[in-house]
Amino acid sequence: MSAIAAWSRSAMDWLNDRLPVTHVWQRHMSKYPAPSRLNFWYYFGMFSMVVLVIQLVSGVWLLMSYNSSTVTGAFSSIEYIMRDVELGWLLRYMHSTGASAFFAVVYLHMLRGLLYGSYRRPRELVWIIGMAIYVVLMAEGFLGYVLPWGQMSYWGAQVIVSLFGAIPVVGEDLVTWIRGDFLISGITLTRFTALHVVLLPLVLIFLVFLHIVALHEVGSGNPDGIDIKRHTDADGVPLDSIPFYPYKVLPNLLATAVFLLVFCVIMFFLPEAGGYFLEHANFEEANPLKTPEHIAPVWYYTPFYAMLRAVTYPLFGIDAKFWGLVVMAAAIAILFIMPWLDRSPVASIRYRSWPSKLALGVFIVSFLLLGYLGVQPVTELYSLLARVGTVLYFSYFVLMPFYTSWEKVKPVPERFE
Amino acid sequence: MMRAGLLLLLAALTQLGALSVHAAVSAPCGTWKGTGECEDVSFDMSDRASLQRGAALFMNYCLGCHTTRYARYERFAEDVGVDIDLLKEHLIFDGSQPGSLIVNGMKVADAKKWFGAPPPDLSLITRARSPQWLYTYLLAFYRDETRPLGHNNRVFPNVGMPHVLEELQGVQRQVCAPVRTYAENGGVRRDPLTRELITEESCDVLQVDAGTGMMGETEYRQAAYDLANYLHYTAEPYRSQRISVGIYVVFYLLLLIVILWMLNREFQKDVADKH
Repeated sequence: MSAIAAWSRSAMDWLNDRLPVTHVWQRHMSKYPAPSRLNFWYYFGMFSMVVLVIQLVSGVWLLMSYNSSTVTGAFSSIEYIMRDVELGWLLRYMHSTGASAFFAVVYLHMLRGLLYGSYRRPRELVWIIGMAIYVVLMAEGFLGYVLPWGQMSYWGAQVIVSLFGAIPVVGEDLVTWIRGDFLISGITLTRFTALHVVLLPLVLIFLVFLHIVALHEVGSGNPDGIDIKRHTDADGVPLDSIPFYPYKVLPNLLATAVFLLVFCVIMFFLPEAGGYFLEHANFEEANPLKTPEHIAPVWYYTPFYAMLRAVTYPLFGIDAKFWGLVVMAAAIAILFIMPWLDRSPVASIRYRSWPSKLALGVFIVSFLLLGYLGVQPVTELYSLLARVGTVLYFSYFVLMPFYTSWEKVKPVPERFE
Repeated sequence: MMRAGLLLLLAALTQLGALSVHAAVSAPCGTWKGTGECEDVSFDMSDRASLQRGAALFMNYCLGCHTTRYARYERFAEDVGVDIDLLKEHLIFDGSQPGSLIVNGMKVADAKKWFGAPPPDLSLITRARSPQWLYTYLLAFYRDETRPLGHNNRVFPNVGMPHVLEELQGVQRQVCAPVRTYAENGGVRRDPLTRELITEESCDVLQVDAGTGMMGETEYRQAAYDLANYLHYTAEPYRSQRISVGIYVVFYLLLLIVILWMLNREFQKDVADKH
């Protein structure tokens, strides 16, 4: 053995006695058994991680020039970043495109879960932690949207924060407590900055860490819903698996490069994405005396916003706005209990029959429909459609215990074919 | 299943595409030509002569009341190829340094008193509205004695701003005149026998009094275009840099994809051997 190899080996031993470097590397990379048969739906988790890093890095650099100390400073510091900071426009567009990309990949990642039953035993906790990530991400996105202090930042914050005012008894005090003022003001801006920049990213990183640790404890799922641990070789390694490093890392890298290509095309050539990633009204500084004619949230919240607006009946003497808030919260909360709604003997949609496929199809259509309605002004027809969409959205979950236990399923093979 | 998933993704993408088409018409032009649709023109930021003429118009006619407080004189000069000495001589009227922001001395309180609302900063006007909107707006002023400053605007009804470019365009009035009519398929209606235009009397036609402006119609439209083009540039002065950097990045990523694809192919051979 050469001197250098001997030295590096003893250095590794020294390190391993104090920090489990080799152990962690083997457990999570070089000896982590990844199912040998995965498809493109399994890339979106990786993409979410990539976008998280993009957001953290671009966010840190934006913060170096962003100024939240006064409300006029906030809006002009964004323009200052875009114009006078070297490549500042790139940082800003990276962060704004990243926000939309984050939701796009997370939605597709979640849809993968619904398609192949990724939330099922023994991955219930992986799913629940993932849902917690989604909720934190929604809060993070909302807070971040307020920081540029444009018209939509201000009025969006006004609409969303005032929702809490619909809660009986404590509502108004709660709203004042959130704003730190009797209206959305500079005080609100600075606290939102602190939450967006410090607290929520910390929580997000911690939850992502838990998500991966929990996943690696139970092992990754696969599109067939086969338990690969049932057939192992003499060393206990599943037969239908390959080491994550390098055999799954490389396809992931390739897919990530393709993803970055799409990301960069939007970031460099269509940063506003037709007013959906950066809304036109947000190029006008916030003006508390001038309400925009049409307030719409950014596209990734619109399905829930449409549900909020779909509820127009007061009930038990409480304002309809409160019930809208309840419906909206329930639409997110119901996803948490997915593992217990699904009674099917098989995990993957591949081995289920038409009721499950139809239900999932209806769910996707209702989600897209609600997303479209959320950016449109309210008309009688759209209001009716939003109610239909809301009912369809919930029926996917509420009826799930019935159609999944009732439908006939196809036999699941023991191993990948 | 894989194919169904791809189809689904495609469906979702076309949905997004449909949405963005909808978003493109987000700045309707008031009652312009009845429908409120803005003039359909495309702008060209590489047309330096147009940007220079637009800047000259802006400094002469707009800057007295409006600012572009996020834009700097020098940045414009560098981007559009104006010599600093020429810039100082012809475009900076208040003795500002070339590196200064393009602002004026009007006090907000005074502006409120004079116009009802302070004239807005125009740095981002074409992003908040659209350059087409701005162009159409500049064409849409007309005399209206009921307004405090004597002018009204089709695109922005009851706007507080007077028609500052009137000496260029001439006095535009709302008159009654015969206008061409259109068939349901969008074609101009003509008499089937004589081929003459079928017209009808309309009382909201905009017409310029002959000989009252320094410019003819084509010339004035060009001036409005130049000014809108300049402010479109001002809204995103780094646009050309964004696009040129973007092209390099795309080529780099394409190369990276090819290399990663080949590398991955080699490693997947091991997997095939193993199974």
